[in-house]
Amino acid sequence: MEGAVPKHAPGQSPDNVIRIRDLTFRWKLGMPQVLDLPSLVIDRGERIFIEGASGSGKSTLLSLLAGVILPERGEIQVLGERLDRLGSVQRDHFRAHHIGFVFQMFNLIPYLSVVENVLLPCRFSDQRRLRALRDADSLEAEALRLLRQLDMTDATLLRRPVTSLSVGQQQRVAAARALIGAPALLIADEPTSSLDSDRRESFIRLLFDECARAGSTLVFVSHDASLEPLFNRTLRLSEINRSAAARRAEG
Amino acid sequence: MQLLILAWKSLLNRRATALLTLLSISFSVLLLVGVERLRTEARESFANTISGTDLILGARSGTVQLLLYSVFHIGDATNNISWKSYQDIAAMPRVDWIIPIALGDSHRGFRVIGTDQSYFTHYRHGRNQSLTFARGGPFQDLYDVVVGAEVAKSLGYHLGDAVVVAHGASDVSFARHADKPFRVVGILERSGTPLDRALYVSLQAIEAIHVDWRNGGPPPPGQSIPAGQAREMDLTPRAITAALIGLKARIATFQVQRRINEYPEEPLTAILPGVALSQLWGLVGVAENALLLVSVCVVIVGLIGMLTALLSSLNERRREMAILRSVGARPAHVFALIMGEAFALTTTGALTGVALLYAVLFSTRQLIEYRFGIHLAQTGLSAHELMLLGLVLLAGLLVGILPSYRAYRLSLADGLSIRV
Ligand SMILES: Nc1ncnc2c1ncn2[C@@H]1O[C@H](COP(=O)(O)OP(=O)(O)OP(=O)(O)O)[C@@H](O)[C@H]1O
Ligand SMILES: [Mg+2]
Repeated sequence: MEGAVPKHAPGQSPDNVIRIRDLTFRWKLGMPQVLDLPSLVIDRGERIFIEGASGSGKSTLLSLLAGVILPERGEIQVLGERLDRLGSVQRDHFRAHHIGFVFQMFNLIPYLSVVENVLLPCRFSDQRRLRALRDADSLEAEALRLLRQLDMTDATLLRRPVTSLSVGQQQRVAAARALIGAPALLIADEPTSSLDSDRRESFIRLLFDECARAGSTLVFVSHDASLEPLFNRTLRLSEINRSAAARRAEG
Repeated sequence: MQLLILAWKSLLNRRATALLTLLSISFSVLLLVGVERLRTEARESFANTISGTDLILGARSGTVQLLLYSVFHIGDATNNISWKSYQDIAAMPRVDWIIPIALGDSHRGFRVIGTDQSYFTHYRHGRNQSLTFARGGPFQDLYDVVVGAEVAKSLGYHLGDAVVVAHGASDVSFARHADKPFRVVGILERSGTPLDRALYVSLQAIEAIHVDWRNGGPPPPGQSIPAGQAREMDLTPRAITAALIGLKARIATFQVQRRINEYPEEPLTAILPGVALSQLWGLVGVAENALLLVSVCVVIVGLIGMLTALLSSLNERRREMAILRSVGARPAHVFALIMGEAFALTTTGALTGVALLYAVLFSTRQLIEYRFGIHLAQTGLSAHELMLLGLVLLAGLLVGILPSYRAYRLSLADGLSIRV
């Protein structure tokens, strides 16, 4: 499975990066259903904004897309791969090869340098290492290029311990890490909620530019509806999720 | 390898706690291997006290008791061997050499041993080493004395110094042979055995200083015989305490032993030094094993310290785990990461412990040799010590399984959500 070019079942558009059908999820047996998604389709190159209240299951959905957890029922297909049919090791490989992930905050491993943090995905995926080396002489050069694109140009900044960086700087390092080796899918879980509104917009624009350059599809989650106009499509979890718990979370 | 580097960097990040854990592991390893080293060296030097002697002859008594007073100069004999019996045994055809030992006198807390020149020619210790002189040589004159290295050092004796021997084990004024002082003619090289803590005179000298004594008491006033006059008297020993025997052929040992045990004219015992030594060591062994047990417990405490440190670090590291998972780390990686940390801690702990041990050995070697007569060899680790270290590493890995498994479970349950 490793390294295989994602394939598409007949009758489906090869442009579908994500296809979800009749998916349900609950964290544990006996706990309320968090997600009940009849259908969700996202196409290649889209920049999707998923909006939902706190506790509505946004992060849970992203974990499903990243193949960290499995649905209770239903199909989840990412880049043509049926994640619900893969074993856990295969899903971990799949994530390493094809998905970049940005968290809300504290994205960086405190004991690694900026560049080491950015290069982390290359340590776990040969594919991303090879792709990172495609347009650069070395992994470090590619990491520095990405950091430069994301406005992290100051050389002294790169030598500082990552914990001493500002939140906005940390988020940009995290974005560089998610983007290195051009993963087909970039998932961001409220990456801007700890930034002020000016920084928020510029960060998102940088992310867009880099996604376009790498050809990555962006799935961006937030409960901040003011960001919505920047994206080319918005999905409201309250509208696509039928689970009772989600409705309650929406109030 | 990547993971080990990651584990190492993560460990460096928490260097304060890691250092404490490391310290407790290395000190416990130092103690464990140190005790083990001391144990083997003590046993070795104990067994090295006497070598080359095939049989020890004494009046009928316990094996260990005879060994103690004849070789270790501890305790007293209950009975003597008559001079006639000694000569009979010495004349046995299979006997190659025999060293007489007459005990009963002392000098300022050190035993005085009456013997003859054969002590200097035939006594062997360690790996077949004979006695060597740091200064001077064996006694020649009646009132000559040879002193052991420790005696010379602690009493500050030099060649030519006068020594007054006292009757019995305690050096009290009324029991001193003050009228017949000895002259130091030889100082022995240090051997790390009880030899260092004794003085040596001839059997005739023992006879001479007691020539005017009656019933174990000093001569009545006016009846004492001056040193010069004693020289002229018959100084044939009347009795000795023990004798060390070397045989022409080892194979005859049991035969000669039986002959001595069945000697008709006097109840005598002959013991094999090796057998007696191992019996004696069996008695000491209990304390020695207890010591080892305590140091094993210290290692366990050290490892529990590591367990606590690892477990309590897990909560603050859940974020780190989620990040690693997001970039493609498998739960197995998370498991290996914590395992790697436990491995790094125990390995470096064990290595520092061994390094510390050699530092301690190097700096205290002389002190231990002087004080306890134990020669700590500056050798590499023995197979047994390596096995102990291997067990410590194994135990460290076993201890690591618990927090690793917990981290594994947590990373499965948390998924990509960061929990703190
Ligand atoms: N690891 C977990 N184990 C058990 N329950 C969980 C876990 N993660 C989330 N949940 C539950 O699932 C529901 C959805 O949580 P989720 O984190 O997906 O919400 P969210 O939309 O991301 O909220 P927020 O905007 O606050 O991040 C919540 O009720 C939460 O308590
Ligand atoms: Mg969330």
